Amino acid sequence: MTGLLLLVSTGQTVAFWICAVLAVIAAVGVIASSRPIYSALCLAVVMVSLAALYASLQAEFLFAVQIIVYTGAVLMLFLFVIMMVGVTTHETLVETLRGHRVPALVAGGCLVVLLALATGNVVTSDPAGLDTVQEEGYIQALAQLIFQRYVIPFEATAALLITAAVAAMVLAHPKRLAPKPDQTTRLRERLAAYAATGAHPGPAPASGVTARHNSMATPALLPDGTVAEASVTPTLVSRVGLRTPEELTGPMQSAVKALEGGPSVILSTPSASPSAPSVILSEAKDLSADQDDSAPTTAVETPEPEPDLDAGYTPPPDPDAEKGGAK
Amino acid sequence: MTPDLYLVLAAILFTIGLVGFLIRRNALILFMSTELMLNAANLVLVSASWVHGVLDGQVAAFFVMVVAAAEVVIGLSIIVTIFRARRSTSVDNESLLKG
Repeated sequence: MTGLLLLVSTGQTVAFWICAVLAVIAAVGVIASSRPIYSALCLAVVMVSLAALYASLQAEFLFAVQIIVYTGAVLMLFLFVIMMVGVTTHETLVETLRGHRVPALVAGGCLVVLLALATGNVVTSDPAGLDTVQEEGYIQALAQLIFQRYVIPFEATAALLITAAVAAMVLAHPKRLAPKPDQTTRLRERLAAYAATGAHPGPAPASGVTARHNSMATPALLPDGTVAEASVTPTLVSRVGLRTPEELTGPMQSAVKALEGGPSVILSTPSASPSAPSVILSEAKDLSADQDDSAPTTAVETPEPEPDLDAGYTPPPDPDAEKGGAK
Repeated sequence: MTPDLYLVLAAILFTIGLVGFLIRRNALILFMSTELMLNAANLVLVSASWVHGVLDGQVAAFFVMVVAAAEVVIGLSIIVTIFRARRSTSVDNESLLKG
């Protein structure tokens, strides 16, 4: 009997030390990592370690609830919000209140010493354990407590959850701060940007499809062999960066080289070899350069295209303007 | 296995959460620090339930979890609302509200 008790106690001790070290390391990671996504993953480690500690403290129900509610629901909610708002935001690690970090750390150290000294002497008796409760039926005992003695708080939490759900729906569906832009305003904005900066008024180029890549992160290549930056969404660029043209065409060129057994002529860059196919490529480059340059130069030197386009495009009749004119 | 160790671990986790709340400026990480403190309190409740041999501590920890879930829902939707208006999750920007 004492041997069994020792075994149980030893297992609990081992579980405690493993989970405690994991939890403290991950908790430091939560507050020390610069990106919120790493904090959320560290928090998941803390939650799972605490769930294992609950299991070693004979709280199997809370073990399951901790995993389902915290690691399952709450952390997924955190990850959703991080994906919505936090992926591209980097926190500046410059402290805005100057010199408040050191006092905060000192205060934290004092607090942990105080709490450890205070709680280190609280429990004087040996733990009673939950063995008698477990024998009588753990879930039944817990259900009796929740649905009999604590039934009023239980109903109150039900009301709280309903209120929280309604409030979340109300908060997530706010009034628009600005009127919703319709097609006419978008078109006017595009043409104004074209007149001002020469930005291309048409749709952005689609992402590139090459022999080895067809993902959204693959940039399209312009005829002169450079990368069209507008063909990849800024979010992907900020996370994985833009691929270089050499990275995209490199494997294919080396394969062609290996097949032909010599330096490739067709697929080399225009400046590499002055042979006949590359002349075609360089002509294509000149054409593309002409096309690329045409928009800004006409916009800067001769402002005719903008009124021309406006004359060609007759906006639909504006009901408000008509009303104003009638009055 | 002395129960004091659980209390000391809970104190350490609570302090880490508190320090994180004090030194970070990202609203999402502030929320995670709050969750850390709530979990430390839950650990104390569960270990007290084990020490005293009654289940009331576990029921209290269960209620804490429910309230924490509701709090996270509201807090995150507030963060999303603020982000829509200000394009930032830094809590320092809200000091501009005082005019």
